[in-house]
Amino acid sequence: MKFRTILVAAAVIALPVLSATQANAAEGFVFTAIPDQDESQLRKRFDKVAKYLSKTLSTKVEYVPVKSYSAAVTAFRNNQVQLAWFGGLSGVRARGLVKGSKAIAQGKADPNFETYFIANASTGLTLSKEFPKEIAGKTFTFGSKGSTSGRLMPEFHIRKAFGKVPQQVFSRVGFSGNHSRTVALVQSGAYEVGATNFKVWKKGIKNGTIDPKKVRVIWKTPGYPDYNWSIRGDVDKTFGQGFAEKVQSALISMKDPDLLSSFPRASFIPAKNSDYAPIKDTAKLLGLID
Amino acid sequence: MIARREPSPLARTTTGFLFVAMVCWIFADIAISTADPWREFGLLLKGIVTPDFYSTNSLGLALAYTLAFALLGVALANIFGFGLALIFHSRTVRVGCAFIRSIHELFWALIFLQMFGLSPLTGVLAIAIPYAGIIAKVYAEILEEADQRPLSAIPVGAGRASTFLFVRLPDAWAHFRNYSMYRLECGLRSSAVLGFIGLPTLGFHLETAFKEGYYSEVSALLILFYLVIATMRIWMKKPLLPVYLVAAAAILPWGVAFSWSNVSRFFTVDIVPYPLRVGGDGSIAAFGDWLVMMLFDQAWPGMVATFQLTMIALVATGFLTLIFFPLISPLLLGRAARTGGHTFLVIVRSTPEYILAFVLLNLWGPSMLPAIVALSLHNAAIIGHLIGRYTETVQLRLDAVKGANRYFYEVLPRVYRPMLALLFYRWEVILRETAILGILGIATLGFYVDSAFADLRFDRALLLILITAMLNICVDTISRSIRSRLRLQTTLEQR
Repeated sequence: MKFRTILVAAAVIALPVLSATQANAAEGFVFTAIPDQDESQLRKRFDKVAKYLSKTLSTKVEYVPVKSYSAAVTAFRNNQVQLAWFGGLSGVRARGLVKGSKAIAQGKADPNFETYFIANASTGLTLSKEFPKEIAGKTFTFGSKGSTSGRLMPEFHIRKAFGKVPQQVFSRVGFSGNHSRTVALVQSGAYEVGATNFKVWKKGIKNGTIDPKKVRVIWKTPGYPDYNWSIRGDVDKTFGQGFAEKVQSALISMKDPDLLSSFPRASFIPAKNSDYAPIKDTAKLLGLID
Repeated sequence: MIARREPSPLARTTTGFLFVAMVCWIFADIAISTADPWREFGLLLKGIVTPDFYSTNSLGLALAYTLAFALLGVALANIFGFGLALIFHSRTVRVGCAFIRSIHELFWALIFLQMFGLSPLTGVLAIAIPYAGIIAKVYAEILEEADQRPLSAIPVGAGRASTFLFVRLPDAWAHFRNYSMYRLECGLRSSAVLGFIGLPTLGFHLETAFKEGYYSEVSALLILFYLVIATMRIWMKKPLLPVYLVAAAAILPWGVAFSWSNVSRFFTVDIVPYPLRVGGDGSIAAFGDWLVMMLFDQAWPGMVATFQLTMIALVATGFLTLIFFPLISPLLLGRAARTGGHTFLVIVRSTPEYILAFVLLNLWGPSMLPAIVALSLHNAAIIGHLIGRYTETVQLRLDAVKGANRYFYEVLPRVYRPMLALLFYRWEVILRETAILGILGIATLGFYVDSAFADLRFDRALLLILITAMLNICVDTISRSIRSRLRLQTTLEQR
């Protein structure tokens, strides 16, 4: 009897495992987005984008949430998603791993994106034109380890200003995980200084989730290229000739302010891989990509 | 004059570990870096008493997935573990099992994510593989320690298969069943924690809710989780097992694309060290530089921090156990107080240390302190429970002293050896968990592993995971030799 139970169990388990190995690529067009802010709202934010794309492309489009930047890249690489809303760095990484993939669109603000260095009011620091060298010795938090505006660019400027790695500049260095959390941690005083995405900052100020009495911007980086929609090179083969272009024009013609606020961007404009060369060079310089 | 007595080996070992832990403590980073930790704690408490079951999207599904991963993972591990236990006398099998169980299920999941993506295979295998290694070892020990007398009663000429089926197995079966139940409880914890890296279990929502400070949602998720574990003995009935397994297999979203090329790419490209992958002239020299950089810049500091944290947590677990076991001991407390003690210990040991550490990190900021407290609370609750139960079998003289004297002179000397045995037994478990806490931002090996995965540098990640596994196997070996030298034994019920 016992062995029969085990046998049944074995069959039960083997079946789906076997069938999974034979399953073909999931039907339909799937996209993801890096979890850069308000993680609990990801589904709410992107399901409506999926609906819009489904309608515009007349194909079933699905959104899958991921927990990290690298998971978004991996899903793209493994063809579990064919389109993704990446940051500058995650886009460079993803396109480096998938031959023929291309950046097709970016937000209007993305060619000239900024990182804000922010500080808890208790530090007494205020907005300055020059890089605020007084932040040395304080506690500091980045966003995600794989973020462009929350890691790559702020680390670049920190190293440029001090000639040392952040771990030697600050008394403590953390990675908050995403931009809205960076703001929350600096506002609560968990960290004295942090670096965040300027779009997330502005959205927080507008929504009232940021208390300007507790946390303020102390420095703004020069502009750099950031977020992008990237698509796999083999979509034309799977979804029909000209599909990538159709997706591109669907993104660029997205006009509904409610949809655009998910990103948040005023509108989307075309993008190409070479737009992100500066990000690739910076990442190489910092040793974040080989 | 009385001749000075040589300290016993037991006392010497204890002092040695205390000394090492104290040295580690001196160099440890144990600062509370948040400006106002109590305010956040207040918010957390407020959330805990006002659970909100309606704010999580698809909460029921997350719960179902948590159960499904645990059930399938543990079932698979049981089948393979049982098979491996039968051939555990082979050295290759023993070493292989030691190796697969020395890698934490979160690390396995991070590896499988690269091959299978967010397919259910990732979650099921991440639980099944390390658990198979653990189960193989425990089942082999159970078979070895089983009553040998029936063997002498079998008639001459009985075949090996029937000897095994009718003589050895029946005696061990009850132990297997009990142990499987315990493994399923562990599996549920692991399954929940896998959500932290993206699988759709309770941990997925728990991490998000915590990060965003939605503590009422956190509370609801935790309550659900405790309920599932607390009621396990009610819903987990043998005849229902096949039903559960079929249901578990049916609800998981197996439709996610699977391709062998992703799997083979992982082995043939991804994990090949970068300098060797690009090849060319001087790639061997470049590989040497790469290896030196990895060992000195990442592996070494990671190992030091991992060891340091492990030693402090181990000794802290010992101290906490001394406080926890009396809470449920009939020798020391009355019935009413013991009920409270039981509840407290059940809650603390049901909470995965990963989640406990995550909570404390949010309150206190990233230093070793949250990890020390989380690891020692969780492990002391487990050992305290076992030792407390052990004291139920201890008979004191009717006129035995009361109060503090009873604790120190009657009870403590009797439980000290079994307690040390359990502590050394869990040393390896604490180390495994310490390494993984690095993912939360403490600079143990897991921190470097997580960074390597974040940078999509799987060659680095794998090297660091292998080093973590080696460290684990070393500690396991040392622990075993200490236990055998001091003749410390754990009974089957305590594993």
